Amino acid sequence: MTAQNVRTHSIDVSSVLREQTNTDAPNETCIKVENLNLFYAEKQALHGVSMEMAKKKVTAYIGPSGCGKSTLLRCINRMNDLVDNVTIEGKVLLDNENIYDKSINVAALRRRVGMVFQKPNPFPKSIFENVTYGLRIQGINDKRILEETVENALRGAALWDEVKDRLNDNALGLSGGQQQRLVIARAIAIEPEVLLLDEPASALDPISTLKIEELINELKEKYTIVIVTHNMQQAARVSDYTAFMFMGELIEMGTTSELFTNPQKKQTEDYITGRYG
Amino acid sequence: MDNSKIGHHISGQFNKELEDVRNKVLTMGGLVEQQIELAVTAFSTGDMEMAELVIKQDNQVDALEMAIDQECMQILALRQPAAFDLRLLITVIKVVNDLERVGDMAERIAEMAIQLAGADGNNKHDHYYELEHMAELVQEMLHGALDVFARMNIEDVTTITGLDSNVDREYGSIIRQLVTRMMEDPRNITRMLDVLWIARSLERIGDHACNICEHLVYMVKGEDVRHLTQEELEKKMKE
Repeated sequence: MTAQNVRTHSIDVSSVLREQTNTDAPNETCIKVENLNLFYAEKQALHGVSMEMAKKKVTAYIGPSGCGKSTLLRCINRMNDLVDNVTIEGKVLLDNENIYDKSINVAALRRRVGMVFQKPNPFPKSIFENVTYGLRIQGINDKRILEETVENALRGAALWDEVKDRLNDNALGLSGGQQQRLVIARAIAIEPEVLLLDEPASALDPISTLKIEELINELKEKYTIVIVTHNMQQAARVSDYTAFMFMGELIEMGTTSELFTNPQKKQTEDYITGRYG
Repeated sequence: MDNSKIGHHISGQFNKELEDVRNKVLTMGGLVEQQIELAVTAFSTGDMEMAELVIKQDNQVDALEMAIDQECMQILALRQPAAFDLRLLITVIKVVNDLERVGDMAERIAEMAIQLAGADGNNKHDHYYELEHMAELVQEMLHGALDVFARMNIEDVTTITGLDSNVDREYGSIIRQLVTRMMEDPRNITRMLDVLWIARSLERIGDHACNICEHLVYMVKGEDVRHLTQEELEKKMKE
């Protein structure tokens, strides 16, 4: 082999290395929380939380029970407004607009910020009606549009192949994992910008859990996703950024790989390694 | 940072598993140190039996390496460790690899000691004084590295890695001497090549000790400090 040959066959390492670092590229901010305090009556549940969540990335909140992670998640689509005696101070900016501003239409906000809960909560209606529910209350009744939306949403939620032949069956006849994906389909049918997932896989078996996690990975192409999970390995698997919360405070937030390999705060370290602080 | 870093898991079983891995690594380190000590003594005294013992015991080093790797893999699979625990296990897997290589170096020194003893008859090797000094240096380095692991305190790391340049210097000077002797009398060549292998093995032990130190910095600080110059490392450690 001549020297020339050797050179033309040389392997380009730099492109491989570059790929690795690219994930750290700066992101556009989608949601910005500024000095958020929340009180349930007298009891303060969030203490001056400030953070930014990147567009089309997955941010996970982890922390022990009662640390405020679900409360924080529910602030992003103003679900806490439905709780009595709640006082909220501070700002939550969605695309630079404070969602707690008086001019904000809460119903419109919740169309932009969809939410999926721990237990699948399909309506006791057909699969088709479940997915189109959001469109129907917006007054869209064109059959062609509805059918198209159902197929796209169900494909998006990785459920289409399993239910395409029985769209008129009752949704309650689906398995837990399928119901959860149906609920995600229902949420994405109205094309939100943000998806909030509150323990979306905690009631599911391991295979359904993996399907949901795989789905999250696909959904972040289109949506900004915020997920609350008790399962740290799940947070590690699905998220780009992880925030650790403790007693209503944000202790540490960073890229998931950094937070799980080299956390900066002792409290974070103790929690993710399963030590008592 | 101290050993208690391993403890305090809510799962006592997990504590035990990590503690067990740590103890096995320290046992392996002790065995490898002993192997070098025996090999070097066998060489300088021409004690063939001792050299044979080193060669025979190398499989114990290998067995420990495999057992520790296996245990680490088991913990990784079953416990999904994070943060310090994860870094500890990854570091252990790397450290035992270096230790196993050091064990191989000791074995090679023993092999060369046997060949030389055969060639020299019962001659003393007192003219290899420099080699013995080099051996002392690398033993000090390895001992220091294992001490860092035992105490999980990386303060002394740069002192240990700093010794490597002394080792390299002595290695260079030994080579020059050997070449001179070979030129003086070509009949020396076979023997000098054996001595060269020993010098080379000692020099490699110093490198492995440095590698171990670098792995340990990663374990404690979470920072990858491989492939830095001594000056860069010193600067990093002060940060």
